[in-house]
Amino acid sequence: MISDTPEITRITPAMETTQELLESHPLDRFLRGDRMPHIWCPGCGAGNVMAAYINAIKNLEIELNRHVVVSGIGCTGRIAGYINLDSYHTTHGRAIPFATGMKVANPDLIVTVISGDGDLFAIGGNHFLHAARRNVNLLVICVNNYIYGMTGGQLAPTTPLDNITTTSPFGNYEHPFNLPYLAMASGAAYVARWTTIHLRRLTKSIEKATMKPGFSFIEVLSPCPTGYGKLNKKGDALDVARFFQEKSVIKHGSNPFDAGVREGKEIILGEFINRDDRPSFLEYQRRMEERVVGKNANK
Amino acid sequence: MTTQTLSGEFFMAGNAAAAEGAIAAGCRFFGGYPITPSTELAERMSRRLPQIGGVFIQMEDEIASMAAILGASWAGKKSMTATSGPGISLMMENIGLGVITETPCVIVNVQRGGPSTGLPTLVGQQDVMQARWGSHGDYEIIALAPGSVQECFDVVIKAFNFAEQYRTPVIVLMDECTSHMWEKVVIPPPEEIERINRKTPDGPPPEGEDFYPYRCTDGTMIPPMPKAGDGYRMHITGLTHDEKGYPKINAATQDKLVRRLCDKIRKNADDIVITEDYMLDDAEIVIVAFGTVSRSAKSAVRIARKKGLKVGLLKLVTIWPFAEKKIKELAERVKLFVVAEINYGQIVNEVERCVAGKAEVRLSSKLGGELHHPEEILSAIPEVVV
Repeated sequence: MISDTPEITRITPAMETTQELLESHPLDRFLRGDRMPHIWCPGCGAGNVMAAYINAIKNLEIELNRHVVVSGIGCTGRIAGYINLDSYHTTHGRAIPFATGMKVANPDLIVTVISGDGDLFAIGGNHFLHAARRNVNLLVICVNNYIYGMTGGQLAPTTPLDNITTTSPFGNYEHPFNLPYLAMASGAAYVARWTTIHLRRLTKSIEKATMKPGFSFIEVLSPCPTGYGKLNKKGDALDVARFFQEKSVIKHGSNPFDAGVREGKEIILGEFINRDDRPSFLEYQRRMEERVVGKNANK
Repeated sequence: MTTQTLSGEFFMAGNAAAAEGAIAAGCRFFGGYPITPSTELAERMSRRLPQIGGVFIQMEDEIASMAAILGASWAGKKSMTATSGPGISLMMENIGLGVITETPCVIVNVQRGGPSTGLPTLVGQQDVMQARWGSHGDYEIIALAPGSVQECFDVVIKAFNFAEQYRTPVIVLMDECTSHMWEKVVIPPPEEIERINRKTPDGPPPEGEDFYPYRCTDGTMIPPMPKAGDGYRMHITGLTHDEKGYPKINAATQDKLVRRLCDKIRKNADDIVITEDYMLDDAEIVIVAFGTVSRSAKSAVRIARKKGLKVGLLKLVTIWPFAEKKIKELAERVKLFVVAEINYGQIVNEVERCVAGKAEVRLSSKLGGELHHPEEILSAIPEVVV
């Protein structure tokens, strides 16, 4: 989602000395230590996704001050507050339009939205569609735990059919979204899905998506043992990890239409979409500006 | 031409004048959604901003528009949106985010008749209390109301200056009449326009030292505002936060924050409250009006004076914070206030509160769709009726 124009300077940090490695974790500088402990429950996947994001930022070696994280409300929405970058914790569902305003107002910024499935696809669903349609230069990472975690386990637009939540006590009778399919149909330039046990692949995917001009979307399936897991007898985080391992099939380039999450069925992961045929918002905007300035210059 | 703002004499509508006022004030980002009767403002911005290095983006709704201008403001741009009726209702939650994160921005509400879809093409002044209290929680807001096309230009500049100075969203309460009325507008040369820019911090602290985005050390209650990308590594949240910007969910932090958010406006009311007097010196009866209605009220004063009645006009340019001091002073010496507004009684309650029984207060109400005739305002004065 890097814009098509600003220059990217890579900065390779000096190797940590043995002393430094002994005293601190190599990722410490990416986190706000004074915000720890975090609020997440044992077994929550949000921390894994945060780790993948900061590893990606580290590997990209782009000046850290250019990175901005924007999130909405919810458990995942708290990620912004723990990362030691410029970070914005906005209103429920509105991270994408906030990030859009920020990115378009200053294309030098590299803006990543990290939020949950309820935030991005229920209350914020319309913004997702339009950001993807515009192909605006953002990366959106969705931590999908199939449920509203912060409010205690209510039905989400991603909850699989028949699953139990506190607002679907007799089983969910609403069809869930197939997020990669939605992203593709809306016009995203890059669409991938991973789980919290595919952290190396997820990290690489975040790096790739960050450098992609246009709108990128990564869905990360993530355990919520406290909310979703307990109600649906999914066991603890380790059981969910085992489940992800058994059920996941990586099919790069497969049709997202077939990637819907169904109870008991295989989970299709991978890079679904990686297209370059749709110029980004900033690219089209630049072309328009050239026309305007050129026209006025002729007068 | 491409990098310059306009100056000279123009014949234009209020919506256009408001757009030019924004550009003259330094606005370089507009995020909006079309809605009658504000649409021409967005249309003009879409044409003008690309000519002067600004950014226009038509968002998918008013919620997104409000979010986008907050994001743009943190990216360092002076930003604005414009809307009406249903749109301003949708913006309310993110106006609250702007208040608590202390984000300068300007929201133009071209008022039409409501509630709901109401009267899309006709005038109203029914959003006055909404401008004050529309978002949840305790807060103070600045709202200004222009009464002519020239004032649309001037007041929008004022709105940007207040937004930048006090780090707050500022609402411009236009109305359908001023937005579509065409009048002469004088746009001064750029160097004659007062432009206030937000205070910014001196630079990120050295590695290892903490930065406090909400710490104010100069006694103004308004902390300097860093922008994203400058290396401050700040956290900004809509949760109740401490000086470091970190969420702190407790009564003590809430008390300190909300008190400062309110007091930075309340204690500067003398600077923010703008009113205009017309024949008030010897007045025994005061008409209180704002926006387009102030023009009918001025005619009413002239008619009453011809009849030998000592009537004057207090025109409110600043609606919020309310012109409390001014009304209290007048209440000591006048016998009647007539509040003329295109609603079923909103500002009249504020006037009554300030008058506190020291004079009579009457409402001259229109419910939307048309302006007061001067005679209608006068009919609230007993001597005129007799």
